[in-house]
Amino acid sequence: MPIIVVEVMPKAEILDPQGKAVAGALVRLDKSEFSAVRIGKRFELTVEGPITDELLAEAREIANDLLANTVIEDVIYVGEARPADDAQGA
Amino acid sequence: MRVGVITFPGSLDDRDAQRAVKLGGGEPVALWHGDHDLKNVDAIVLPGGFSYGDYLRAGAIAAHSPIMSEVITAANAGMPVLGICNGFQILVEAHLLPGGLVRNDHGDFVCRDQKLRVENVNTAWSNDFKEGEEIIIPLKNGEGGYIADQDTLDRLEGEGQVVFRYLEVNPNGSANDIAGISNARGNVVGLMPHPEHATEAGFGPDTRAAMRSGTDGLTFFTSAISSLMANA
Repeated sequence: MPIIVVEVMPKAEILDPQGKAVAGALVRLDKSEFSAVRIGKRFELTVEGPITDELLAEAREIANDLLANTVIEDVIYVGEARPADDAQGA
Repeated sequence: MRVGVITFPGSLDDRDAQRAVKLGGGEPVALWHGDHDLKNVDAIVLPGGFSYGDYLRAGAIAAHSPIMSEVITAANAGMPVLGICNGFQILVEAHLLPGGLVRNDHGDFVCRDQKLRVENVNTAWSNDFKEGEEIIIPLKNGEGGYIADQDTLDRLEGEGQVVFRYLEVNPNGSANDIAGISNARGNVVGLMPHPEHATEAGFGPDTRAAMRSGTDGLTFFTSAISSLMANA
């Protein structure tokens, strides 16, 4: 089944305590070359047929109305799975 | 006066809120998230808890519950609506109150008896307080950091929509020490602390007088009755 991917990130100016905790763990693991971490969300919306413009428009609508709270988060991607996504598990 | 308390899947303090309504002189009415029926109530409380396990974002899924369409219509028509903790999170997700609530800045769940200052006594839920009154209300949350963009904060401060402010300790990193806000009309109020847990001597926060003797929360509920009486 084809999937539409929606990615949401906390707004840059908003503190991300989860990311901060992970960044602290990286320092303890001696990986301090990664100076900051921010954690967002990825939604995979399965659709029955081919991905059409109408479905993408619908996905954008629910991304902004439900999946993200645009007061505190930004929707950064709505679309088909990208080539890099296919490398999962490789 | 009939005060409805909505139970969502994962609400925890709905029964406490019903009891607080009763102690405040109102008639508590249990409401169900899946209904489209407000049962002719005069005011509504959205209680604390972890609706839908805080999945997606705290309050986000509950804000789209069937009963919320009736709540939004009633709130916009002027009915007193109080959101406590998770109820506050539901009100911001439903866009009845501005801003958002994010994870506490220190990353930990916090539970304490919190001192607050009453900043606005002209709302449906604060009119029995005295301006500037200092009260103690239990607070317990993991995602209670109030945030909004600078324009919204300036507007809230300028219009007196900051109703309660944290004193001495900012327990969760909230902007401007904001503990609770109202809409422009003053009928919808949301706050992170739990007034329903400070309504009966023996079960409230500690005060200088005696352990667990604090009942400052009762004034929220008597205020709602007072405002309904005044408008009756």
